[in-house]
This record gives sequence, structure tokens and C-alpha cells, in this order.
Amino acid sequence: MTVPLDYYIILSAFLFVVGVIGVVASRNLIVMFISIEIMLSAANLSMMAFSRYLQNMDGHVFVFLVMAVAAAEAAVGLAIIIAVFKNKETVNADALNLMKW
Amino acid sequence: MVITVRNPVGSVLYFILSLLAQSILYIQLSGLFVAAFLVLVYGGAILVLFLFVIMLLNIRHADLGPEAAPMIKPMAWVFGVVLLAEAVWVAMGTKARFDGVSENFGSVPEVARLLYGKFVFPFELTSILLLAAIIGAVVIAKRTLS
Repeated sequence: MTVPLDYYIILSAFLFVVGVIGVVASRNLIVMFISIEIMLSAANLSMMAFSRYLQNMDGHVFVFLVMAVAAAEAAVGLAIIIAVFKNKETVNADALNLMKW
Repeated sequence: MVITVRNPVGSVLYFILSLLAQSILYIQLSGLFVAAFLVLVYGGAILVLFLFVIMLLNIRHADLGPEAAPMIKPMAWVFGVVLLAEAVWVAMGTKARFDGVSENFGSVPEVARLLYGKFVFPFELTSILLLAAIIGAVVIAKRTLS
């Protein structure tokens, strides 16, 4: 095991930043959604790295739970996207101005 | 690549690639169970769900609409670079190395012992959350507004 801990943390930070840029810069609902999943997986990666570093397997359990939450979130979010598409015929986030003041 | 390709199918496929790479990293961190779970459940099930929805929606290129307002994209990149620099600055300087671990660190019995022992309550809560998500997804997808 020669790769130090901070490489994992930097990679996790990079993944998180990619997710943030994806949510902010993209107007496609599906791409925004995948970017949220990227952010979740970045958190997972850093949890796995710290779990290995501290020799404590609680992090594995938390990664497991985060995956379950991501699955639930994906199911609900995709249902919302389908509902939006049925009503608006688009997946562009700019078209959703119902709640704009 | 996930966020730069225009076609959502491409971005989902790139995300699967990134997940496979991540599962290799997990194996390197001796989390064999979580690595296998990541590929099976995440790569196998959730992303197939994504692809399925994209196929179902049958989005043509015209439907993707115009890109974001011209200011937003460069601002997002600047913001992202600043955030990345900040995070790297925080992460740098820790000269932490990994020590050796016991043989069965991250193996299925060990993770299961924690999951059903110490963390049994969050585990049950997760099942309730999944049930709620199933019901919510069906209700939302069936209903049409207006």
C-alpha cells in the first residue's frame, strides 16, 4: 500500500468539484442528476479512504447506506423527470419556471 | 467527460466507466465487498435505470434546448476551480500513509457483522426509505399535472 491518503482525498475533491460544475453549468435535468450521483460517489470514495486509514470498517457500512440512499434518490428523481417530460415535453431545467416569482 | 458530452446517454456511460475505476480503487483500499456491491448495484442496476429512462424519454437533440445563459458556464468553471484549489489546499500536507490491516478487513462477514450489529437501526431505516421511494416514484410517475 504505497498510495498515500491525500491522493485519495484529492481525487475525491476533484470528483466532487466535477459534480458541482455539472449541476451548476448544465441545463439538462438528467445530466444534473448524474452530477449529483458523482458528488455522492466522491463522498463514498473519501469515506472508504478514511475507513482504511483509521482501520475502522464503519465507513464501509456508511458507503453501503449512501448507495441505498442514492438508489432511492435515483428512483424518485427519474420519476420526477418522467413526470416533467410528460407535462412539458422537455428535460431542460430552464423550462421549469412554474415556481419562479 | 460526464459533464462535457452533450448527449445524456454518453454521460451515463462515462459515469459507469468512472464507477468501474472507483471500484478498483475500493479493492485497493481492501474493501472487496463494497467494491463488488458498487459494480453490481450501482453500475448494474441504477445506471441501467438511468439509461432506461433516457431511452423511454426518447430525447431528440432539439429537445435539449439552448445551452445555459452565456455567463453561467464560465462562472461555474471559475467557481469549480476555486473550490478544487481550496479542497486540494486542505488535503495537502497530510503525510498520512496507510498501515497494514488484518487479513479480513472489509470482507463480507466483517461488514455484515457491523451492518446487522452496530448499525442495524440505520439499516432498517434504509429499508423504510427505499419503500417510501418506491411508492413515491410510482405515484409521481403516474400522475400528470394540470
